[in-house]
Amino acid sequence: MKEFQIVVLAKQVPDTRNVGKDAMKADGTVNRSVLPAIFNPEDLHALEQALRIKDKFPDSVITLLTMGPVRASEILREGFYRGADDGILLTDRAFAGSDTLATSYALSCAIRKIKNFDIIVCGRQAIDGDTAQVGPQVAEKLGIPQITYAEEIVSLTKDKIQVKRRLERGIEIVESSLPILITVNNSAPHCRPRNAKRLMKYKHASTLSKRQESEEDYLSTGANSHLTIKEWGVADIECDLKQLGIGGSPTKVKKVDNIVFQSKESRRLEDFDEDIQILMKELITSHIIG
Amino acid sequence: MNNVIVYCELDEGKIADVSFELLTKGRSLATELNCKLEALLFGHNLKGFEKEIFPYGVDVLYLADDQRLSPYSTLPHTSVMVNLFKEEKPQIALMGATTIGRDLGPRVSSALKSGLTADCTELEIGEHEDKKINKVYKSLLYQIRPAFGGNIIATIINPDCRPQMATVREGVMKKAIFDAGHKGKIVNLDVNKYVDETAFVVKVIERHIEKSKVDIKNSPVIVSGGFGVGSAENFKLLFNLASMLGGEVGASRAAIDAGYVEHARQIGQTGVTVRPKLYIACGISGQIQHLAGMQESSIIISINNDPNAPINKIANYVIIGKVETVLPKMIRYYKENTK
Ligand SMILES: Cc1cc2nc3c(=O)[nH]c(=O)nc-3n(C[C@H](O)[C@H](O)[C@H](O)COP(=O)(O)OP(=O)(O)OC[C@H]3O[C@@H](n4cnc5c(N)ncnc54)[C@H](O)[C@@H]3O)c2cc1C
Ligand SMILES: Cc1cc2nc3c(=O)[nH]c(=O)nc-3n(C[C@H](O)[C@H](O)[C@H](O)COP(=O)(O)OP(=O)(O)OC[C@H]3O[C@@H](n4cnc5c(N)ncnc54)[C@H](O)[C@@H]3O)c2cc1C
Repeated sequence: MKEFQIVVLAKQVPDTRNVGKDAMKADGTVNRSVLPAIFNPEDLHALEQALRIKDKFPDSVITLLTMGPVRASEILREGFYRGADDGILLTDRAFAGSDTLATSYALSCAIRKIKNFDIIVCGRQAIDGDTAQVGPQVAEKLGIPQITYAEEIVSLTKDKIQVKRRLERGIEIVESSLPILITVNNSAPHCRPRNAKRLMKYKHASTLSKRQESEEDYLSTGANSHLTIKEWGVADIECDLKQLGIGGSPTKVKKVDNIVFQSKESRRLEDFDEDIQILMKELITSHIIG
Repeated sequence: MNNVIVYCELDEGKIADVSFELLTKGRSLATELNCKLEALLFGHNLKGFEKEIFPYGVDVLYLADDQRLSPYSTLPHTSVMVNLFKEEKPQIALMGATTIGRDLGPRVSSALKSGLTADCTELEIGEHEDKKINKVYKSLLYQIRPAFGGNIIATIINPDCRPQMATVREGVMKKAIFDAGHKGKIVNLDVNKYVDETAFVVKVIERHIEKSKVDIKNSPVIVSGGFGVGSAENFKLLFNLASMLGGEVGASRAAIDAGYVEHARQIGQTGVTVRPKLYIACGISGQIQHLAGMQESSIIISINNDPNAPINKIANYVIIGKVETVLPKMIRYYKENTK
């Protein structure tokens, strides 16, 4: 039976879904530090798609790849709890300040090193940058086709895949050869929960640099007893330094503003009959309605 | 060379509204930059579309007419665009932030190693001084977009790489005919020269696209409901008022997530942008992602039992009360006063 090499791309993001007042700084920028750092929601949908392939083809291998600071290894651990086989943290100062193009370049270099991949699954969009650009850009860099807005893998054989896509007003089923990159939509099924056994096994999985940060943990647990999350830097991937980080990013953020809405002097009315009667008359006589 | 190019998207055999909106914007950018406005149309049986496109002030229309380019698929469209851009070297390239534009744009930007800004809400020309290298860039495209879940708005520039590429959501920009009699030049592209056979590896097996039933974007009156409406049953009140006023019903995302009405009615950052004459917000708190899609309405009425709901700040009229109480009264007094 065929085994598939699957790479899941996942990003750790600040939870921008419930940004309270305390998360906005006086200058109108977002104070990332007060927002919890989470597994980008659609990337969990992506992981679920990978796990479903593995359910059908149990010898498949799922490698979770994330680029970010050392702390981003947290989401790799989360991925292990839910069934990922391997995790790679791509981290290096040289990646700092990357726009989507530089991000996709770095990710594609790392994926090349994983070799023989059949399927790359990522989220449609990250909830902080909000661009939905990284997936297609990675596919182009690897020279493979892409299927965006995926909702379900309809069928998979050793050299063909059929995927259902969710479009604005309908669906489309497309077929492609492998290897392929798929971006998964939020209408796809949610990720399965953590598995208790895996939780015990991977609880202390961490990167080497994380462990060196807290020597105590290192000493008390012993270096070999826990899984080490792979950590790759620029030296570990074959890449052109000029295309990385801020220098490799054609787009620059010129400025960031808070959103201000024009306040209006509003007329306040109660829900009394007179108030509403007056309002409706006014709207009619001023030809706004009627 | 160095022109402004707009990718015109076909949506079930018709040119998408967002493409006309971009042509309108593209025309004013081209005028300001003193260059040409060019348009791209890829698909099959394209004869006749030029009559719709030229009035927007398009000087050159590139057609790639081939059965294999319809329906849209990523690789062939990417290939035509990338190869044409290599020849034509546009300074600005715009496309809709639709399922097509967001599939195509990043692919093209990656191939050309050129920056792409997603989901812009404004595009302007401006300059930029890079103090580090002591260089002033003139006539750059300021690409203004919300990020961080809509909580901030960023101005993005692309100083060195061309084209400066951006996607824009439907409805965010206005569409307006430039000159009904404007005539441009048609250039028919030889598709085989631009696309390799290998680009056709992804095949569309099945497609089910519904005709769009609701057209909230062009409605002069919108009665919009939020989570505070409370139920699909209560939404009937909104439908009543809307049909009486010759308007449509819109909704916040919370109302849609609660299943009160269908997704096509969502207004806001991740829904439709509207600017009706009258917007009646019923039980909507007014989070920024919602306001982003309706703040430009001429008159805003907010019906909310919370006097401090954020939406009240941008409303012309605030009715403090429950939707269930207020709407029947509005319906009644509308009827009484229009007889
Ligand atoms: C305010 C602001 C505005 C920005 N606007 C732009 C812009 O318009 N254009 C631009 O090019 N850049 C922009 N950037 C930079 C961009 O946010 C970063 O490059 C970011 O690392 C990737 O983009 P994204 O968050 O939009 O990801 P998306 O493209 O939305 O992510 C899609 C998927 O790609 C995968 N993925 C993304 N990043 C990673 C990662 N680090 N590791 C593993 N997988 C990943 C995930 O599966 C994810 O679901 C902006 C940044 C800020 C702060
Ligand atoms: C990335 C992102 C994108 C988003 N995009 C969108 C978008 O496009 N559009 C959108 O709308 N939202 C969007 N949201 C969600 C948005 O942040 C809010 O959660 C949503 O708009 C809230 O909807 P609401 O005002 O209906 O609900 P709530 O915030 O729950 O407000 C309900 C209001 O109803 C009032 N109320 C309660 N009962 C009654 C009653 N009986 N009579 C009168 N008033 C009553 C309450 O006082 C309250 O003001 C987005 C969020 C994120 C993070």
